[in-house]
Amino acid sequence: MAKSKKSQSVSVAAPQLISKRDASSRIVGVANTIHQDIVKKNARPRMRFPIRSLSNVKYDPKKGHFEILNKMSTRTLSYNTVKTFAQSMRLLATIKRDLLDKNNIAGKREVYYNSKSWGECRFDEQPESDSLLDDMEAMLAVNREQLGFIPEERGGEVTGPLVVIDRQPGSHEEIRINCEKLGTGAWSIPSQVEHLRFESKAKFILVIETASLFQRLVHHRYYETANCILISMSGVPTRACRRFIRRLTDDRKIPVLVFTDGDPYGYCNIYRTLKVGSGQAAHINQFFCVPQAHYLGVTPQDIKEFDLEDATHPLEELDIKRAKDALKNDPFIKHHKEWQAVLNQMIEMGVRIEQQAFAKHGLNFVFETYLPRKLKKGIFLP
Amino acid sequence: MTGNMANANKSTATAESLAKLQRDISVSEFFLKNRHLLGFDNPRKALLTAVKEAVDNSLDACDESGILPEISVDIRQTGDKRFCVAITDNGPGIVRNQVPKIFAKLLYGSKFHRLRMSRGQQGIGISAAGMYGQLTTGTSTVIQSKIKTSKKAHLIEVQIDTRANKPTILKDDELDWFPQFFPTDANGKPKQPITARHGTSVTIEMEAAYIRGKLSVDEYLKQCAIVNPHLQLHYRIRLSGPAPDEDSETSTRKAVPAKTAAGKGDATSAAPQATKSPPLPQPSDEVPWITFARAATTLPKQPTEIKPHPHGIELGILMQMLKDTQGKTLKSALVHDFSRVSDRAAVEIAQRAGLDPKSRPTHIAHRESEALFKAINETKLMRPPTDCLSPIGEEAIMAGLKKEIEADFYTAITRGPEVYRGNPFQIEAGLAYAKPGANADLNAEEPVRILRFANKVPLLYMGGACAINKAITGVNWKSYGLTHPRGSLPVGPMVILVHMASVWVPFTSESKEAIAHYPEIIRETTFALQECGRRLSVYLSRRRRQAEMERKKNYIELYLPHLALGLRQILDLDDRQEKTIISKLHRMLERTHLEE
Ligand SMILES: Nc1ncnc2c1ncn2[C@@H]1O[C@H](COP(=O)(O)OP(=O)(O)OP(=O)(O)O)[C@@H](O)[C@H]1O
Ligand SMILES: [Mg+2]
Repeated sequence: MAKSKKSQSVSVAAPQLISKRDASSRIVGVANTIHQDIVKKNARPRMRFPIRSLSNVKYDPKKGHFEILNKMSTRTLSYNTVKTFAQSMRLLATIKRDLLDKNNIAGKREVYYNSKSWGECRFDEQPESDSLLDDMEAMLAVNREQLGFIPEERGGEVTGPLVVIDRQPGSHEEIRINCEKLGTGAWSIPSQVEHLRFESKAKFILVIETASLFQRLVHHRYYETANCILISMSGVPTRACRRFIRRLTDDRKIPVLVFTDGDPYGYCNIYRTLKVGSGQAAHINQFFCVPQAHYLGVTPQDIKEFDLEDATHPLEELDIKRAKDALKNDPFIKHHKEWQAVLNQMIEMGVRIEQQAFAKHGLNFVFETYLPRKLKKGIFLP
Repeated sequence: MTGNMANANKSTATAESLAKLQRDISVSEFFLKNRHLLGFDNPRKALLTAVKEAVDNSLDACDESGILPEISVDIRQTGDKRFCVAITDNGPGIVRNQVPKIFAKLLYGSKFHRLRMSRGQQGIGISAAGMYGQLTTGTSTVIQSKIKTSKKAHLIEVQIDTRANKPTILKDDELDWFPQFFPTDANGKPKQPITARHGTSVTIEMEAAYIRGKLSVDEYLKQCAIVNPHLQLHYRIRLSGPAPDEDSETSTRKAVPAKTAAGKGDATSAAPQATKSPPLPQPSDEVPWITFARAATTLPKQPTEIKPHPHGIELGILMQMLKDTQGKTLKSALVHDFSRVSDRAAVEIAQRAGLDPKSRPTHIAHRESEALFKAINETKLMRPPTDCLSPIGEEAIMAGLKKEIEADFYTAITRGPEVYRGNPFQIEAGLAYAKPGANADLNAEEPVRILRFANKVPLLYMGGACAINKAITGVNWKSYGLTHPRGSLPVGPMVILVHMASVWVPFTSESKEAIAHYPEIIRETTFALQECGRRLSVYLSRRRRQAEMERKKNYIELYLPHLALGLRQILDLDDRQEKTIISKLHRMLERTHLEE
């Protein structure tokens, strides 16, 4: 296994912040094209979106993230699309007039409820409005936050030797949050992280998949023992969580290590998304990824080395499918032989392992033995 | 019965005493007791049957003489349960001498002894109606008739001597009379009366009941108009009170007590009792005539008469024919008395039967005729000629259906002639399908309505026993897009018309109500219905596509205004621009999507 190159250079650019007026004029641009199609060209109007899937991203190891390709899908007005088309226009009108022009914000769920005033055009379920919002975001090539949408998903708890400098809402008074002095709790990453500043002397950041393992490490003040910042993701990291880790590591030049369950989901969905972004929101991956991250465990090799065979679970069909899909379609996995080896080994062994499995050797084995040994060895997956 | 024979000699009959009771039973007596066989089993049906027998005869007479039929049916209530029925036609008329036998002798007619397609075939119909009138009211049948070649018309009143099956003439006058008809237009306004140069009018007074509905005289006449587009029919009914509505055959039966002459089958009961003959109904203005206008002025093809085909003959008839033949040899009898027997075929039959072709037909013994019968059926012969049939025709069926039934889709098919028991026959079928809910008479949730016809005569009663219903039930209507509960009639807003044309329609009884279940007839009917069904399913799927198109159009219309509103809000458009967007999009989507 390759030794990690810790000083990978990564662009530190903040998300391209376009003004509300620019966003508004992009909407007008889209609407204008549609209007012209109808009245001038006498053609059925169309909307074009970047395809939101792994098939439309490429992995550029130099840039360190999934980059969107220019495969587009076209939605032409027809019997089948007329409702979505109408909803798109009403949604764009709402975004422009009620959010951008009035400098207001709205949650995704509020968008859903707002549509209830649109008569037969209303969204029946929130997933409909969520997915259309994703479409509009991709079509306009802006981040939904810039359109005035506040993400409702939060995620990410932080504890350890880190001071976050934030501002009080309203008064904008600077406040310092010492993440080492939070008692038995932790600090939650807010949905907007662009304005945060950091102070830290930590040696590394340990990003953990499950909240329960995070709790254990906090309880035993592992952050002090190892001088590291602990961050819990609770599953696939949210945009805010990814952006926060990115800004922290860019700013303080602290390496990032990731510790997940040893299964295809942990590798390909959680870790991969954290490191290079997703196929779903590829147009913004550039900002919402952590190319500096490296993978600590749990690897299939760990199962053998730490004598955990009897603490595993057989791979389920979905796990195997996920692994095989990744080997075939995921540009990130396809780029890294090491990851291919890991997935193949896992398929061969036919088992997966959870982070908590180390409890087989005693409840504290994970931070008393496993983590120190891995860190000492210093070999991580890319 | 008592078991002791010795003690029974007083009350039991001896062969000698029985012999005194044993005598000829005249057909009249027989049918008097079994009048249900002739369709006079209840008062409501009696009214229909009387009208039907007279109208059938009028149509037959006109068709045979190449006259465009003009017929009037005038019904007048003369008592609580008494009706006087007068049917007048512009047919050729009947020569004076024939009148009594035609109207007062059962089994007397011109149609029984020939093989030619006609409505009547037995020679019973009209005399039976007269006999029923005589039996229930004591009145006589009044006939007025004028033929072309004589100046005067005849007025004759007859009754039937049931014991002798012979007419009794009560009046025999000459008079100046012409058949007259009183047409009205579609709004019931009287038009110029029509006077014919010849024709016949028959008047019968009888015990009867009038109830509207599917088994009524009205329905019969309506169906007559459907299958006889060349007929012009004038109808009125004058009631002394309001007519009850009733649609069910069974409940009618129940409602009417079986009051018959049973028990006093003695001929005297049917002998003249009332001396006062009913006044002939005079056209009056109180109740307007209804005219079923003529839809075609071409006469239907004249069917030709054929000789029997050997394959259809029964042994008894074969023996009778051998006895009656003019032929001197077996060979010539076979060739001349039957259709489709060539010289060669005749020789072949004779040889197969072990008979000399030159043997005298009258000398062929009982056993030999059996061998002959067998040989005939084993010999391959050409099928009978089919020009003896006069189908209604696809166009005329469609025209008739369109005229009388409001529907959305019509189709008709006339199958080629086929043969059952040696008798040529031909099946025709038609469909009229209404949009569900569009025709109040055709309920989408109820079984389809069936119009059955035999030789152009509507069959209203005994549908359940008819080969036509059996064929309809047997077709898989589900595959054509209808609801079809297993073993019953299909369900839907539809009329199915089936017509069987034949030189001899095999009815299940003399009342000519249901066609017997011959497999050949059921098979042909099934084929005709399946063809109609296939066309129906094409129509139904096209209609479904249209409904789908309509649905899509409505769906699109629901959302286009929202699309336009969104654009208006984003681009600050005005009313006119917004409307332009909607109308343009409308046209575009209609063009590209609705026709797919
Ligand atoms: N209106 C009429 N005009 C001319 N001839 C008639 C008329 N009505 C009856 N006839 C003649 O009288 C004959 C007897 O009629 P009838 O109804 O009794 O028997 P049918 O029509 O031959 O057979 P079916 O018993 O089947 O009706 C007919 O065959 C026909 O020749
Ligand atoms: Mg008759």
